[in-house]
Amino acid sequence: MIRDVADQVIARGESSRRAAPDPVNVPMVRHWVEALGDRNPIYTDPVAAAASVHGGLVAPPAMVQVWTMFGLRCTRPADDPLGAMMSVLDEAGFTSVVATNCEQTYHRYLRPGEEVTVGARLTDVVGPKRTALGDGWFVTTVSTWYVGDEPVAEMLFRVLKFRPPAEEPVGDVLRPVVSLDTEFFWAGTRVGELRIQKCLACGEVRHPPGPMCPGCGSTELTHVVADGVGEIYSYVVHHHPPMPGKRLPFVVALVELAEGVRLLAELIDADPAEVRVGLPVRVDFQRIDDELTLPVWRVRS
Amino acid sequence: MMVAVGDTLPELVIEVTPTFVVSTAFATRDYQDVHHDRDAAVERGSKDIFLNILTDTGLVQRFVTDWAGPNALVRDIAIRLGVPCYAYETLTFTGHVSERDGKLVVVDVVGRNSIGDHVTGTVRVELP
Repeated sequence: MIRDVADQVIARGESSRRAAPDPVNVPMVRHWVEALGDRNPIYTDPVAAAASVHGGLVAPPAMVQVWTMFGLRCTRPADDPLGAMMSVLDEAGFTSVVATNCEQTYHRYLRPGEEVTVGARLTDVVGPKRTALGDGWFVTTVSTWYVGDEPVAEMLFRVLKFRPPAEEPVGDVLRPVVSLDTEFFWAGTRVGELRIQKCLACGEVRHPPGPMCPGCGSTELTHVVADGVGEIYSYVVHHHPPMPGKRLPFVVALVELAEGVRLLAELIDADPAEVRVGLPVRVDFQRIDDELTLPVWRVRS
Repeated sequence: MMVAVGDTLPELVIEVTPTFVVSTAFATRDYQDVHHDRDAAVERGSKDIFLNILTDTGLVQRFVTDWAGPNALVRDIAIRLGVPCYAYETLTFTGHVSERDGKLVVVDVVGRNSIGDHVTGTVRVELP
């Protein structure tokens, strides 16, 4: 998909040319040299400029891109090649961007009064590459500035469009509140058993456990140890907000066990994109510390 | 101008005040909020507002023409971007002549701040 769009946009070649809102002009040059602290007299001192190789005022070559910046209110034209590539990479999850290279070539200096246009083309899309910032694609565009039909400057601009790596978990996992009714369950996970409450009077199994059988009202309760195999009945992929001790995104699955009860736990080591209702899973146990072991699901093949 | 490969350029030290970051961003018509709005920059995961790329290119040009003089012609500026340059950094440009072919000279440039190399690159300049 990314490759296809890249090839299409590359094949389109240069976008239509966009005109600078203002001709090259001394006031904008003056603001620029003042902000950057550049005291080269050829940009703003007419006498010194006249005596220089230029024979008159010129604009700083590094300002070439400034003349055609979008500014505060402009929107990118529909055929802007970088914009097109950025949206397809955004959709594929490569949502962050960092510029890596900017290479400008100046064929000549520009003079006040010259009217500049710019066209841009996509030249290269390389990826996915593993980088220090995350997996990403290097996207290269070349812009050409013209005065009339004369190319006066070019710029190669490369960005890395990357997928930010999953954040490391912060803090400790949330702990369950253990009560008289649930103590047997957590004692079970500590020894690798998935214990399901069972009514001694009518034999009904149920989860989550409680003080009284909802079927017959008996308070005489015991438990059985489940085989721990079942199928996903429902699930959510949790993207936000961050949870203590959890790496985002993670999957929470409601699993229907062979014993007939449903139980919620995290599904681990699974690609969220491949989780579906009906997926066979089995229980496993994640030891947090001496006191707490959490039941988790793993995909059962 | 007598120039030889290996010659070093006078250092250029820029105190990157918030005013510097904001005024250069606007002078280059770059209104992305990370270059003038600290709250927005922090929200996007940055420590502070930071210099924009058009200013980097401009500073590299200034560093070389401060040395080469008003009659030098800048032919190209190629930069690679490294660590960000946040407000309150000091950015120091150093460089040396790496190639010479008649009047055409290549200068290797590094702009470094307290966290590392902010910009590295080459400038091809035609000397008078």
